[in-house]
Amino acid sequence: MNSSFIQINEISKHFGSVRAVDNVSFQIHEGEFFSLLGPSGCGKTTLLRLLAGFEYPTTGNLLLDGIDITSLPPDKRPTNMVFQNYAIFPHINVEKNIQFGLRKLGLSKEQIEKRVKDVLSLVKLEGYEERFSSQLSGGQRQRVALARALVRQPKVLLLDEPLGALDKKLRDEMQLELRSLQKEIGITFVFVTHDQQEAISMSDRVAVMSEGKIQQLSAPNELYKNPQNIFVSDFIGETNFLKASTKTQDGEYINVSIENLGEFKIKNNLNISENSFDAVCSIRPEAMKIDTVKSDWDICLEGKIRQTSYLGEMTKFYVETKELEKIITVSSQHFDNQSFKNNDCFISISLEDISLLDKK
Amino acid sequence: MEQKNNTLLIYTLLYFAFLYVPVLFLPLFSFNDGNYMSFPLTGFTTEHYEEMWSKSNLHNALWASIKVGVVASTVSTTIALFAAKAFARYKFRGQNISYGAIMMPFLIPEIILAVSLLIIWLALGFKLGLVPVTLGHILFCTPFAMLILIARIEGFDFSLEEASRDLGENAWGTFFRVSLPLYLPGIIASLLLSFIISFDEFVLAFFLTGSDATLPMYMWAQMRFVQKLPHVLALGAVIIVFTTLIVLLAFWLRNLGQGKKKAEFGINIHE
Amino acid sequence: MLKALKSIYARSEPAKAYSLLSPALILVILVMLIPLTLMLSFSFFTQTSFTEINYSFTVQRYIDFFQKNLLVSLLIKSIKISFLVTLITLLTAYPVCYYIAFYVKKNKMLWLVLLTLPFWTSYLLRVFSWKIILGTKGVINSSLINVGLLNEPLTFLMYSETAVIITLTHAWAAFALLPLYVSLDKIDFSLIEAGRDLGLSRFEVFWKITLPLSLPGIIGAILIIFIPTVGDYVTPALLGGTDGRMLSNMIQGYFGKINNIPLGAASATIMLFTVAIVTIAVSYSTKKLSQRMS
Repeated sequence: MNSSFIQINEISKHFGSVRAVDNVSFQIHEGEFFSLLGPSGCGKTTLLRLLAGFEYPTTGNLLLDGIDITSLPPDKRPTNMVFQNYAIFPHINVEKNIQFGLRKLGLSKEQIEKRVKDVLSLVKLEGYEERFSSQLSGGQRQRVALARALVRQPKVLLLDEPLGALDKKLRDEMQLELRSLQKEIGITFVFVTHDQQEAISMSDRVAVMSEGKIQQLSAPNELYKNPQNIFVSDFIGETNFLKASTKTQDGEYINVSIENLGEFKIKNNLNISENSFDAVCSIRPEAMKIDTVKSDWDICLEGKIRQTSYLGEMTKFYVETKELEKIITVSSQHFDNQSFKNNDCFISISLEDISLLDKK
Repeated sequence: MEQKNNTLLIYTLLYFAFLYVPVLFLPLFSFNDGNYMSFPLTGFTTEHYEEMWSKSNLHNALWASIKVGVVASTVSTTIALFAAKAFARYKFRGQNISYGAIMMPFLIPEIILAVSLLIIWLALGFKLGLVPVTLGHILFCTPFAMLILIARIEGFDFSLEEASRDLGENAWGTFFRVSLPLYLPGIIASLLLSFIISFDEFVLAFFLTGSDATLPMYMWAQMRFVQKLPHVLALGAVIIVFTTLIVLLAFWLRNLGQGKKKAEFGINIHE
Repeated sequence: MLKALKSIYARSEPAKAYSLLSPALILVILVMLIPLTLMLSFSFFTQTSFTEINYSFTVQRYIDFFQKNLLVSLLIKSIKISFLVTLITLLTAYPVCYYIAFYVKKNKMLWLVLLTLPFWTSYLLRVFSWKIILGTKGVINSSLINVGLLNEPLTFLMYSETAVIITLTHAWAAFALLPLYVSLDKIDFSLIEAGRDLGLSRFEVFWKITLPLSLPGIIGAILIIFIPTVGDYVTPALLGGTDGRMLSNMIQGYFGKINNIPLGAASATIMLFTVAIVTIAVSYSTKKLSQRMS
């Protein structure tokens, strides 16, 4: 496998004074499922469109399989795209849509027929050849868009939020299906999404973007466990932030002073050596324990429940303590209305669940 | 939505009567066998229609109008199609000024356009005739055509064109395989309506035709003589029916595309 | 080199936009702007004989225009007629658009097509049909005489300012109807309901919500009626007589029988300026109005 299959070298794209993509460099491996994740306006779609050739970078260059594609028009690139709204041609039927991109490949009639047949069975759309876009459901359109792109056997498949228009249930189904499809055919997928759950559950690697820059590029579990900055920690799941500053270093650990809580020795996952480095500590809601009685955990705070919301398999608590104004925690333990007298509760935290974040 | 308002309904119907009734007198009197257009009607006849066949001047004028109309609508629709694409697709500096400039013929009294074209045509030493009329009509039809086409193209999903490029088609292939078929109802509507505008246009023709009369010019000349009026009425009635049919066809075509778009949109929301 | 140029072109949106726009812009420049400039220059020349023009610069034609009481009064009359037509059309068309926008539920499109359909039939024929109606032996007079209500035909109907105003109001109605309808139809009906909910009377809701929100349509209608009617030639020529004559009829005369092209050009230029001033004034006051509202 080629680990620098796609090379994105110091790419910037400016629209007037807006830096949609701001000096970004990274590499995508051959055959991986790669996601670009971020809120709307973070530059992820622009980056995808730069790969497709619908936009040209202001500076920097793009290499695909060792070939510079920076200024190639979209029709000359070995990439194909699944559009956000699928962009199924409404004036021709499914079969013609899928054949659309085969005309210029110089295939024989039999080859074309075989390819169309194969791809239709791959996306499970046999029997829909004669239908028009307006006669298809959202999920079916998505399959047509997928088939139309895959039939050209591109080196890279680009997907621009292809599941965004589907309802939740269908979306979950398609996630699994897309993932196994990618494994089956082994083509590199570059997938754009704003849905962190989607990116985490499908991808080999995820690049989290914000304001035109890559905030973190790593495997999904790393993103959740070891977010490198506030943005990533906040964007991937919910979290509690505590103001902090670093003190003395101690091997793998570092002494951190957390506002209102005191000094603690926690894991130095950022390799900070500076003293009084302005940092933030994060604790995931599910890492904390809420109970009616005190515990012997590293930190145990007495608090009052201000609000609860029932989430089905879990309950979410908004707690106020003397030390911290607002703590969010979730618990799968069953509490009834009478469990907490006067809304009094205890919040327990283990030091190993506290992660240190760059304040940037 | 409010329920009912009968006063407004009655008023609206009266207004419709005000719009339609005057025009309907033309066909009504065209079947009357008197020479004056007054009540009571004296008797039914189709002789005014028969009379039309015998007028060679009328035939020449009709032919002139068709020639001018076909050229003017084709050229203005082509020009307007490119312009509409630019406005619907791109954002660029000078957008508003360019739009204003192209819409200008719409914001200037026609007589001024006619007079200025007359001056330049004579100053250049050219002969008046159908050529300057056609040029004037192209200028005058282009803003109309552009409005119709922008309405069509604005709702157009440009990712379809990108999808075509992505699937290996170049710019021309994309235009012929994707854009053109999808714009087609709008293009035909624009052709039909521009043709009607040109076909009915009087002021530019009045100043610029010289001796080659167009149909409105022919009617204008006939309207002065009472004894020739009845066959103008018949001609007018034919023109009204013909225009109405073409305009209805154009509206139908325009809505055909938009209806489809709405349906698609509806399905999207539905899911 | 060519390749580099090509790739710059491919990257530049303005370049693509302007190459698409170029045919339209060339058309406007060649067939409108240059002729208008030439017309402006002719207004500074002098007609010395039937075929000859002295090309030395003079503002005498403009002085002529304002010294001729006839021309000034025709200009004023054109503006007055146009103003009245605009006002009457707006007032009569507004309730119709209001009805269709807010009360019609089914087949709105059909109503709209029916409203605009008469506009597409020949302008000349629409004007001519009023000649049939208003003429001395026309529909109104002959019917009234037949019924016995009149002995003599009403002469003021035909060849008068009134005839011109009625005809123009009919002829340009569609132009007012479309922008008015579009702006009324855009109004979110829940705004009106919210107004009622907050304790405004029907009249107050109209005055404070509906009317201000339909202002863009009103402005559009004003411009779109005023501009063509101020320069209308056909209606006054067919129905105006001497009483309903407008400036355009005089301009036509200068380019025709009277043959004073420079004075005709000057008159046309003055008409163009009138239109420009009205357009600017109307758009400016809209801007002020909408600023005050927001």
